[in-house]
Amino acid sequence: MNRRGRLVLGALGAVVVGVLLWEGYKAVGDPDGTMLFGTRILPRTDDGAMPHVWTILSRFGDPELSGGDPIWLVVLQACLFTLRSVALGFVAGGLIGLLLAVLMQRLRIVERGLLPYVILSQTVPLIALAPVIAGWGGRLSIGAYPWQPWMSVTVIAMYLAFFPVAVGMLRGLQSPAPIAEELMRSYAAGWWQTLVKLRLPASTPYLFPALRLAAAAAVVGAVVGEISTGTRGGVGRLVIEYSREATTDPAKVFTAMIGAAALGLAVAALIGFSEFLLRRRRVRA
Amino acid sequence: MTAVLLEGVSKVFNAGRADEVTALTAVDLTVERGEFVTLIGPSGCGKSTLLRLVGDLTQPSTGTVTVAGKPAATARADQEYGIAFQQAGLFEWRTVQRNVELPLELRGTSKRERRERAREMLDLVGLGDFAGHYPAQLSGGMQQRVAIARALAVHPPLLLMDEPFGALDEMTRERLQDELLRICASTGTSTIFVTHSIPEAVYLSDRVVVMSARPGRITEVVPIDLGPRTEATRQSPGFFTGITKVRRALRGEAVPAGATS
Repeated sequence: MNRRGRLVLGALGAVVVGVLLWEGYKAVGDPDGTMLFGTRILPRTDDGAMPHVWTILSRFGDPELSGGDPIWLVVLQACLFTLRSVALGFVAGGLIGLLLAVLMQRLRIVERGLLPYVILSQTVPLIALAPVIAGWGGRLSIGAYPWQPWMSVTVIAMYLAFFPVAVGMLRGLQSPAPIAEELMRSYAAGWWQTLVKLRLPASTPYLFPALRLAAAAAVVGAVVGEISTGTRGGVGRLVIEYSREATTDPAKVFTAMIGAAALGLAVAALIGFSEFLLRRRRVRA
Repeated sequence: MTAVLLEGVSKVFNAGRADEVTALTAVDLTVERGEFVTLIGPSGCGKSTLLRLVGDLTQPSTGTVTVAGKPAATARADQEYGIAFQQAGLFEWRTVQRNVELPLELRGTSKRERRERAREMLDLVGLGDFAGHYPAQLSGGMQQRVAIARALAVHPPLLLMDEPFGALDEMTRERLQDELLRICASTGTSTIFVTHSIPEAVYLSDRVVVMSARPGRITEVVPIDLGPRTEATRQSPGFFTGITKVRRALRGEAVPAGATS
């Protein structure tokens, strides 16, 4: 069997295993949860805590509220809303990361001065940061347009996405062997030519892992950003709203969670696909 | 006209510090146009430093380096030399063809001319059929030939080579030596070649520059006159005489030889 076939089979297998574990534990587990020395170490298995897989799936087809749109449509629209923040945050964060990496590679002193702050930026708890960003945004406007809440979410996604790109690309730009740099020097190539002909192409093996991390970070940033700023319209907001209905409609919150996970998968797939295109082009060139 | 002229050149690393190292001292050397000169000596004798000085990849502490009648920095800017190192140093994301085109690209040569020139150079090193391959698909010897083609692509009047065959097996090495001599003869290129191998130095050179370490300096220049190299050259008495002369010079034994020119 070829590689791709095995990959598809593996992914499907993982889903099947996940479903079997869920339903298997639900079937044999104690409805009140598994206790060990008075501490619950595994969750309750009643329908309120762990709805059946088919209950969750069929919930997608039912209306969100009685008489409203079916829930799959609501979740899909919310995901698309969030996707805008993810995409913009990812692109802006990627560009900022790239710019920082180039700057740090160009000037040693910038690397020494900036890198600690780049690392520090990621240790600030996102939950603490999100309201601050939303608060600042509320006092801004772009020309005649007032600042929109989704823009704060985009900024938060960007804030998480730039980091892996900055660090990964810095390593990539520094990866050429001294002999290659010397060769460019012997050709009297300037800094820009060396960047374009040597450093950037040499950094592609570092670029795609960094982009995958950045994409995942942008999704996490957008969803958490929506939750902690209370931005309406996104899938993060749905998770919060639906979890409030957990006692009456336990399957509902899982539909939003599956939607958020699917959003992450879709973004990761997009990165994978663009990498595939680039590699294919290179082999053909 | 002389290809390379070094006058009173010295190089001190970390000058004025506790770890100061005198890499080269009082070096005078002339390489005539079309001449093949080899630098040989123990590790740390500064032969690679000397080559890098000629290429303006490092600057002398004292003295002047003139390449093709110009200061070394100007000569580098004008791409008056091609350089090859012990590692081929090919760009793995470029095909063989596009690796050879790289120096031409940086010079702003038109696409058509680049393509033609790269073809010509690859034919010269016998790799015309591998233009579309990637470096990773080639053997070490083939990669090194691509590196030589790349060094020759701009038709430089001078070729600088830092142990280019050092990592190759003996058979590949001898074949590439013959190829290099043929290429240099057909293009009229002057060459400065750094090596550790005495037979290689004698076989390739018009003159062998023998150096010694601490401080790095030229101790002897051994002229070699073997005429056109053939199959028989490696077994000829003249070849072995040359080897003996160079070996003696390396040991520091006095031999009657041409003065440092």
